[in-house]
Amino acid sequence: MKEYEMIVIGGGAAGLSAAIEAKRHGVNVLLIDSNDKAGGQLVKQTHKFFGAKMHRAGTRGFNICKELLKESEDLGVEVLLNGLVMGIYDGDTVAVDVKVSLTEHKLMMLKAKNIVISTGASENAVRFEGWTLPGVMGAGAAQTMVNYRHVLPGKKMLMIGSGNVGLIVSYQLMQAGVEIKGIVEALPKITGWQVHASKLTREGIHIYTGYTIKKAHGTDRVTGATIAKVNPDWSLVSGSEIEVDCDFICIGAGLKPLTGLAHMAGCELIYDKALGGWAPAHNYNMETTKKGIYVAGDATGLEEASTAIEEGTIAGAAIAEATGHLSAAEAEERKAGAWRRLADLRDGFHGEERLAAKNKQLAEYDRLMGVRE
Amino acid sequence: MRVTEHPIFEDLDTTEYVNITVDGKPVKAVKGEMILAALLAEGIIINRYTTKRHEPRGLFCAIGQCTDCMMVVNGMPNVRTCITPVEEGMTVETQNGLGEWRTEG
Amino acid sequence: MKADSTGILTVEELKEIGRYPSEERMKQGPIAIAECTQNIPCNPCETSCPFHAITIGERITSLPVVDPAKCVGCATCVTACSGQAIFIVDKSFSEEVGTVSFPYEYLVKFKKDDIVKCANRAGEYVCDGKVKRVVLTAKADHCYVVTLEVPISMVDEVRSVYRTWED
Repeated sequence: MKEYEMIVIGGGAAGLSAAIEAKRHGVNVLLIDSNDKAGGQLVKQTHKFFGAKMHRAGTRGFNICKELLKESEDLGVEVLLNGLVMGIYDGDTVAVDVKVSLTEHKLMMLKAKNIVISTGASENAVRFEGWTLPGVMGAGAAQTMVNYRHVLPGKKMLMIGSGNVGLIVSYQLMQAGVEIKGIVEALPKITGWQVHASKLTREGIHIYTGYTIKKAHGTDRVTGATIAKVNPDWSLVSGSEIEVDCDFICIGAGLKPLTGLAHMAGCELIYDKALGGWAPAHNYNMETTKKGIYVAGDATGLEEASTAIEEGTIAGAAIAEATGHLSAAEAEERKAGAWRRLADLRDGFHGEERLAAKNKQLAEYDRLMGVRE
Repeated sequence: MRVTEHPIFEDLDTTEYVNITVDGKPVKAVKGEMILAALLAEGIIINRYTTKRHEPRGLFCAIGQCTDCMMVVNGMPNVRTCITPVEEGMTVETQNGLGEWRTEG
Repeated sequence: MKADSTGILTVEELKEIGRYPSEERMKQGPIAIAECTQNIPCNPCETSCPFHAITIGERITSLPVVDPAKCVGCATCVTACSGQAIFIVDKSFSEEVGTVSFPYEYLVKFKKDDIVKCANRAGEYVCDGKVKRVVLTAKADHCYVVTLEVPISMVDEVRSVYRTWED
């Protein structure tokens, strides 16, 4: 069985950053991604990122992706593509189903004492009458088709959800020529950033706060939608219905961490709404309650690509230390730097809830490990 | 519909195509693109019908997670078309229910 | 504020939180307005300004403060702002007309000297305006700065080109 010092599962913002940081210090690392190209969801982010210079602020996500891929290539990070990790066994063995062609797959068993789970997140669905019709899709799905595959799912779109995903995807669909018929938000307030909402409203797009979708029309595809006002008890206000002329509907109702592998490997999960649901508890090194298994990025709680990059860097530095490639002092310098950059991104009123959840995640690790010892 | 003009992407011109067949009809697809993208470019949005209620399904997650876009490709059912690239001469069919194997392999 | 539920800021709200330049300053020449009301962890406006006229400070979640004495309205921050929330206004030309510059990341279907319909923060058609400049720099990475000449009373209102979906 082939053995590495470190295996990273998932080559998005977090995984690439973990592999880059570790390889930089000489760790023998393998990065596995289930797609035919690494980059995760950064590949479709056309907007300029927030942050400061040290977080690559002002650079478009897909260009940050290119920078990370180049760094990884220049350092010589070994990458296994089309590799779907099916499980982690005995805490150090990774089973991978590698797609060779349409009809041929091969099973690989690989070993590493240090494993990073950076599998990202999946979109939440919202159920309503007609939600299974072709033409109802995740907001991220529409973003993938338009910005990465360069095809349009339709001409006229209704967005459900005014979080940053809903706002940003609406904007990006508009840039590609889609007519935005409106954004519905069941809460009384827009949940994404005001600046993202404002760049839509000045293009004449209406954000229906206090509204939700009642029904998607159509028999074999979306031909329209009915939206309606929401009462405080979440029932619909009768007579408040508005008909929307659209041929596709995007659901931007948040995401949840993909924790399957961590759960299967025996990592303790904790629940926090601010993290997007269940996520593995971890320590200062991003190591889970299972020794040698680390997490980074959305897989350990929903945040942003910029925070995923820092968490990946921490895991990479911690593993470089664990494998003897960095002294404790050198590793601490790297980790502390990334934690400082994370603190900047989680600062302020809007980061408060997330910061509290992340701190709870660290505290839960201590509690869980303390109980065991 | 394809995105041919975009304020941020400059290199959207595609010159290399492959020929595939979708439910018996010839479709020109961009070399290397995903089957689902080629279908959407043609305005085809139904990929399969469900087993019990025979309801149509189409693009939902676009990243190989949800299985709504599964079709019969080269006689093999349950192929996630959003993450499977086109190949010259490929046959793609709308899938009914669980589909049937019509290939060795 | 009202924008929390609509996404549409008003000049009154911006003035209330001290985010709008004085009438006197706008009459002296172009100045940047950061229509940024939440504590986004972000500071490219500050770091991009060649005149050090925008301050955010150590905590990157602080709101940007434009120094009316240092700002020359060069519009570097307009394309640097990841939230596309910075505008340049100028009421120094005459009693009748002024200009508004804004970031524009769409296919440009107008050119210099064209008369276009202008939209306010709600996307409503409020007046006609003349395209004075359409600028795209390499550094702006595909984000244009469009400058429209509009009636002086509309300088505080116009924030984009009116969008019609037909084309």
